[in-house]
Amino acid sequence: MEVKFNEEALAVAHKIIARYPEGKQKSALIPLLHLAQAEFNGWLSPETMAYVGSLLKIQAVEVYEVASFYSMFNLKPVGKCLIEVCRTSSCWLRGANEIIEHIEKKLGIKDGETTQDGMFSLKTVECLGSCGTAPMMMIGAQFHENLTYEKVDTILDSCKSEDKRKTYFDEVTVKDY
Amino acid sequence: MGKKILLEHDHVPGIQGYEVYRNCGGYASVEKAIKTMSAEAMVEEVKKSGLRGRGGAGFPTGMKWSFLAKPEGVPRYLVCNADESEPGTFKDRYLMSRIPHILVEGMITSSFALGVNTAFIYIRGEYFYIVRILENAIKEAYANGWLGKNILGSGYDLDLYVQVGAGAYICGEETALLESLEGKRGNPRIKPPFPAIAGLYGCPTVVNNVETIASVPYIINNGGDDYAKIGIGRSAGTKLISASGHINKPGVYEIEMGITVEDFIYSEEYCGGIKNGKKLKAVVAGGSSVPVLPADKIINLPSGEKRLMTYESLSEGGFAGGTMLGSGGFIVMDETTSIVENLFTFARFYHHESCGQCSPCREGTSWMEKILHKIMDGHGTLADIDLLWEIQSKIEGNTICPLGDAAAWPVASAIRHFRHEFEAYVTNPNAVNKVRHYENMNA
Ligand SMILES: Cc1cc2nc3c(=O)[nH]c(=O)nc-3n(C[C@H](O)[C@H](O)[C@H](O)COP(=O)(O)O)c2cc1C
Ligand code: SF4
Ligand code: FES
Repeated sequence: MEVKFNEEALAVAHKIIARYPEGKQKSALIPLLHLAQAEFNGWLSPETMAYVGSLLKIQAVEVYEVASFYSMFNLKPVGKCLIEVCRTSSCWLRGANEIIEHIEKKLGIKDGETTQDGMFSLKTVECLGSCGTAPMMMIGAQFHENLTYEKVDTILDSCKSEDKRKTYFDEVTVKDY
Repeated sequence: MGKKILLEHDHVPGIQGYEVYRNCGGYASVEKAIKTMSAEAMVEEVKKSGLRGRGGAGFPTGMKWSFLAKPEGVPRYLVCNADESEPGTFKDRYLMSRIPHILVEGMITSSFALGVNTAFIYIRGEYFYIVRILENAIKEAYANGWLGKNILGSGYDLDLYVQVGAGAYICGEETALLESLEGKRGNPRIKPPFPAIAGLYGCPTVVNNVETIASVPYIINNGGDDYAKIGIGRSAGTKLISASGHINKPGVYEIEMGITVEDFIYSEEYCGGIKNGKKLKAVVAGGSSVPVLPADKIINLPSGEKRLMTYESLSEGGFAGGTMLGSGGFIVMDETTSIVENLFTFARFYHHESCGQCSPCREGTSWMEKILHKIMDGHGTLADIDLLWEIQSKIEGNTICPLGDAAAWPVASAIRHFRHEFEAYVTNPNAVNKVRHYENMNA
């Protein structure tokens, strides 16, 4: 498959690039990687990174260097629903470990794995700023807070038919001012 | 009820939108500043207010602003730090999602005071939905003439953009943030030069926390002297506290600095006491990086008086006996909590988030996580506790940025105040009570 933004995504990309002063277009890299990840199945393949590099006129390796630094960029394929559960102190104090075990049992996968059908991936993450509504998890761009086993079950069951990998693009449309 | 400045209109329906915000007096500070004040006079008011940076370090904001270099013909930048990733901290998220225009207004007023024509809000990538809220607010501000060219006919131009991060705690450190904003890895820069001289794109830059910037409209509207009267002494103003853990009412509270810690934990107005009628064991008062204190030491000062929610009172007793206000991430632990396991979550966090540039931080955080894991699993020895102490003491002060210190302090304080718990894990691991928090919290 040739990696290339569709017209709509390309227009957004150009709008982002235009925000920065002349010669400082590399500032657009992280926003463009988010956009690319949302457009191309929730992860950044070498081809995707090379394509983003070509938009900013930088080397693919420069893109990789940055993409690999940030935990939100997936350098391997992920399921349609990426479940990210916070495991840091405030969530741990309110049952994060038990929630993680519950999800592992329910889906039959461990932290870092994807279900056979490619539907769910599970990833434990560090504090997402929902400590007051702990325990919490994030699926796509959405926070799910004050989790209980029942709540987790309902959320995961309702996710079954959806592809949450495009949510970044849905959430963060770049405005014309 | 203490005075509210930031959350005064939190309960007004529709306050997220422009019309309601404006009707509550919003954007008055922009009007006042642009029509009646000079940039110098504004910096003076902020100095007088005693406002200190709310991102964690507590550096006086007016002084920071006055350090901004102003070479002829070189652009200056204002960057709002909305990276908020310090465990236990969620106040900026609350403020931005509930009252986004207070940040937009603060950014405009502050930019005018600093002579800035391009400003950025750098927000952590996981706060997707807030990006949308902020983008909407900014769009409304443009539509109503508060942003863009020739604001209020004054000839002053300002563009404001939201920049998203992508998951890296270290990007909250101001120079790492600037690197990230330039499209690079978030590796902190060696200082000096400070951002005030060479920041974004090598140009003079001010980096301020969301809450700091959001406090500026009040100061401009009411004067620095008025603001300085709120709170106590050098802890002027109000502070947003993110309260979490084993309390009845977790959430974000705006407090007037100077209330007692005891009152904050137990009164109905704030945390509402410890959950399930349990006893208080320990508190991390200012986000994961600050020393943990046992119940008696967080409630009472060494002198026997009550400890207050101020920069000074929380740090009284120094490193051995006090803590810090930090970012205001207030994590409460009840009597069932294992200090060792809680510390492990912090150690794993810092290991995960170290950028890896300095060996004491990169290696030290890795070792601390490994040793704590070993102790938790019941395979530790008494020598491991000493080793842990040794490692943390070698990180502090030997790194490029303060993340190294931030990783060391929780370990040092946990061992200092709770050594007996570590010893219990290594001498009699089977007797250690492993708490199931889910049952505990949902009982
Ligand atoms: C590891 C590390 C993480 C930090 N994270 C944040 C953060 O998430 N938000 C923030 O405002 N400041 C953070 N800071 C502090 C910033 O470096 C900087 O001091 C602050 O943004 C300045 O704004 P203020 O003066 O308004 O507080 C962090 C510092 C360090 C060392
Ligand atoms: S102290 Fe740690 S996080 Fe900071 S620059 Fe050094 S390695 Fe990076
Ligand atoms: S500790 Fe889990 S969201 Fe902060």
